[in-house]
Amino acid sequence: MTLGLIALLAFAAAAAILFVVGMQRANALAGAQISSLHSTPVYHGSFLAIVSLFPAFLLGLVWAAVSEPLADFVVVRGLGTDFDALAEPDRNTLLRFARAVAAGTADATSEIQQRAADLFQRIDQISTWGIAAILAVLILGGLVFGWRAIAPAYRARHVVERTVMALLIAASAVAIVTTLGIVLSLIFESIRFFEKVPFFQFLFGTHWSPQSAFEGAGAETSARNGEVFGAIPVFTGTLLITAIAIFVAAPIGLMSAIYLSEYATPRVRSIAKPLLEVLAGIPTVVYGFFAALTVAPLFRQFGSNIGLDVSSESALAAGLIMGVMIIPFVSSLSDDVINAVPQSLRDGSAGLGATKSETIQKVIIPAALPGIVSALMLAISRAIGETMIVVMAAGLAANLTANPLDAVTTVTVQIVTLLVGDQEFDSAKTLAAFALGLVLFCVTLVLNIVALQVIRKYREQYD
Amino acid sequence: MTDQLMSQYATAETRSIHTTSDARGRLKRRYRSEANFKALGVAALATAILFLVVLLSSIVWKGIPAFVYNFASLPLDVAGVDRTDLAKANYDGIVKAAIRAQFPELTSRGDTRLVASLMSSGAPTVLRDQVQDDPAGLDRAGAYSLPISDFADLYLKGQISSSTTSTIAATATVRVDGDKVTLTFPAGALATVLAADAVPANAATPPRQLLATDLSLLVYVGDVVVKADGLTTTTVSGAAILGDATKLPASVNAVRLRSLVVPEASRKFSDKEIVWTDALVERGYVRTGFNWIFATKGASREAEMAGILGAVIGSALTLIVTLALAFPVGVAAAIYLEEFAPRNRWTTFIEVNINNLAAVPSIVFGLLGLAVFLNFFGFERSAPYVGGFVLALMTLPTIIIASRVALRSVPPSIREGALGIGASRLQAVFHHVLPLAMPGILTGAIIGMARALGETAPLLMIGMVAFVVDLPNGFASAATVLPVQIYMWADFPEPAFEQRTSAGILVLLVFLVAMNLTAIILRRRFERRW
Repeated sequence: MTLGLIALLAFAAAAAILFVVGMQRANALAGAQISSLHSTPVYHGSFLAIVSLFPAFLLGLVWAAVSEPLADFVVVRGLGTDFDALAEPDRNTLLRFARAVAAGTADATSEIQQRAADLFQRIDQISTWGIAAILAVLILGGLVFGWRAIAPAYRARHVVERTVMALLIAASAVAIVTTLGIVLSLIFESIRFFEKVPFFQFLFGTHWSPQSAFEGAGAETSARNGEVFGAIPVFTGTLLITAIAIFVAAPIGLMSAIYLSEYATPRVRSIAKPLLEVLAGIPTVVYGFFAALTVAPLFRQFGSNIGLDVSSESALAAGLIMGVMIIPFVSSLSDDVINAVPQSLRDGSAGLGATKSETIQKVIIPAALPGIVSALMLAISRAIGETMIVVMAAGLAANLTANPLDAVTTVTVQIVTLLVGDQEFDSAKTLAAFALGLVLFCVTLVLNIVALQVIRKYREQYD
Repeated sequence: MTDQLMSQYATAETRSIHTTSDARGRLKRRYRSEANFKALGVAALATAILFLVVLLSSIVWKGIPAFVYNFASLPLDVAGVDRTDLAKANYDGIVKAAIRAQFPELTSRGDTRLVASLMSSGAPTVLRDQVQDDPAGLDRAGAYSLPISDFADLYLKGQISSSTTSTIAATATVRVDGDKVTLTFPAGALATVLAADAVPANAATPPRQLLATDLSLLVYVGDVVVKADGLTTTTVSGAAILGDATKLPASVNAVRLRSLVVPEASRKFSDKEIVWTDALVERGYVRTGFNWIFATKGASREAEMAGILGAVIGSALTLIVTLALAFPVGVAAAIYLEEFAPRNRWTTFIEVNINNLAAVPSIVFGLLGLAVFLNFFGFERSAPYVGGFVLALMTLPTIIIASRVALRSVPPSIREGALGIGASRLQAVFHHVLPLAMPGILTGAIIGMARALGETAPLLMIGMVAFVVDLPNGFASAATVLPVQIYMWADFPEPAFEQRTSAGILVLLVFLVAMNLTAIILRRRFERRW
């Protein structure tokens, strides 16, 4: 990483120097008559820096990304059958250790390690010199080309602007790449999981205890793992907590929005609305802390006072606080859609003699219903994906229950517990987290797409 | 008004279907339901705001005490310290000896160990650091102030147990029998200060044994403190836990009885420790000061040695990377989409994509980071730069959306003016539109950064839950961030950690408030209405 940082700084310094050099060359060529230049000297400077460094920079980036996997690949090929004989986890250890040996920070303990280390060293030497040579050729070639191209009539600005444009387009593609990265990583890891655990047993099994998962291959392990990776209890737990949260957030959020947009004076509105937004700005870990250490014990105490057995990690506490967290989502989205209902509908209703509440209940809400429903869908998607509150306040045990006083677990809690602290990524346990993540992603994606679509349709209706 | 008119109105009223008594009833009902509906709205809003107030006040209430701490500057025996090699001295022994020297009468192994535990287990390290910083203090009494243990601190902050002390006016006779001290009061004297049900009813009933689950009764006689374990109508007896009981006179005046509300068995700070701590305070060794340990240290298993600075630095490093990546990329993407992109399927696709990315659960970004950055590229776990990458991907949609709104609000006349005097399209955007949109863009970026600062789940996935004692010193060194530190502290069962957690939340909230205020000020000062 420090190496990367140094390289980056070196590139920046070189770019600055080349920029000045290019500018001076343009100035010198123009002489006293600066207007003879097609592009201002700034563009010539930038042009020289770009043609010299940009290709090298791209190559450097690509190289940083692929050099390690490439070296691994070559070493694995070099070791041949000896490597194939190793078990999956041992292979990774061997490679990691051989790297350390090659770097001189460890001593080889076996013959195969030494061989791998030697290979790594050789590859490292060859590739370092090779890449350095290619970079030098690219930079020098660019420099010579650029130097000779700079002339008063040369359209340097066009080159610079085209490069900037390409960068802008590349930046806007980052979002696509991110989505693609999410989808691909989730799908690949999930496929590996479903090799170990049958798909339908995962989706419809009713017993979830990943701690007792079996390792290894074969039909028997697969059958055993199918029994412990039944995700239904996890899904129902998520649904239970989400339902409680919506049960809290929907009435409070909706009524707040109605009050704020239809009744409140501008003064009240200007105070209450930011306060609600503060609720949205509080980090979820704070809600989690509050739920786990204040609300849950309170519920437990209250329950034991009236003779109810409330779990200390009850779904109720987590759901309630999650509901509080999503109040601002519901209220601000509903506020938007209520405000989008045209004034003429209100006036018409008032003209017929309806009171304000009648107007709201019989005219505004029906008119805003699609928007309100999609606001609730977005809130549900938020609640399903929310992690910290449930990690801190909900349970780990996957109970298949609808009792809000019991402890239940959720998809996000399971993802966190399966992955935190675990360093190996090949066991069914850790892969299960990706399968759960895939389900989570798909469900929230569908909710979001449908909700956004409905909102857009609805806006068009009144625009 | 004439009578005729009145009667006209009256007949008109009675004739209208809107004024029959039924109609009046209906109207009344409708108005009532109107009032109810409005009240419901007020109630909903009030509930939401009440939650906010309760949440914040409970955290402030719990967190504020953690910013101060009690330090003891005991006289230290530093004769054994080698002045040429300050790092090597046995500071552990020095601290233990210093606290034991305060209570020379304690001889049993259990007691000496217990009294030594009044000082924090981190005290020797703190002493070593202070001696190295200020060797001249070795010759000055009370130059070094060391943290006391977390429970002693909680006790001094009044969070272990409340107590009531009352003085008995009557003279008592003292009988010392080995360890056991018995005080005999005149009849009825005890009942004046103790609750009626605490004292046995009459002399005939056997003495009441005070168990660890009963109330704790401490008797202060002169310099001696007796922990009462037996109670009769007229006598209190028990072992002396402070001072030399054999030196007590045969009869004493002004005996003070102190009862602690929380029984000894339900607290982790025994009566002995309470008495000893009080003695240290009385002797003037303990002072309350700003909790510099919390402000300057990294993580620790000991609540009193745990600090927030490591997490603050980790958060700063992470956010620097996030900002350095997400801001230029986000603004560039927004410029392209808003200013240059043709309306076609590809750009619509990108837009839908960005909107959906903004709503993807944050934990999914953590999974992405784990699968791509850690597994595929083999980056280090727990490193701030990986955290920065993940958070940058997460904040990118927020920044893009905010920047697009800001760019859109710049009127087309600006672009047209620039193009009209011969600027290229890029020049028009970069020289004219972008500077005007900058306040809005910065506001959006700060809000995105604030969200990233409070984000926990994706960082858990990439291993930023490491237990990092040292302050992180670079983008690649193992680090944790503020919200993750809060999450980790919340898991520790000690009550002192609960305080630290709340205090950590306060620190996080202060940063968030500062960022949001900056955003608001930026918007207020620089935003133009066209």
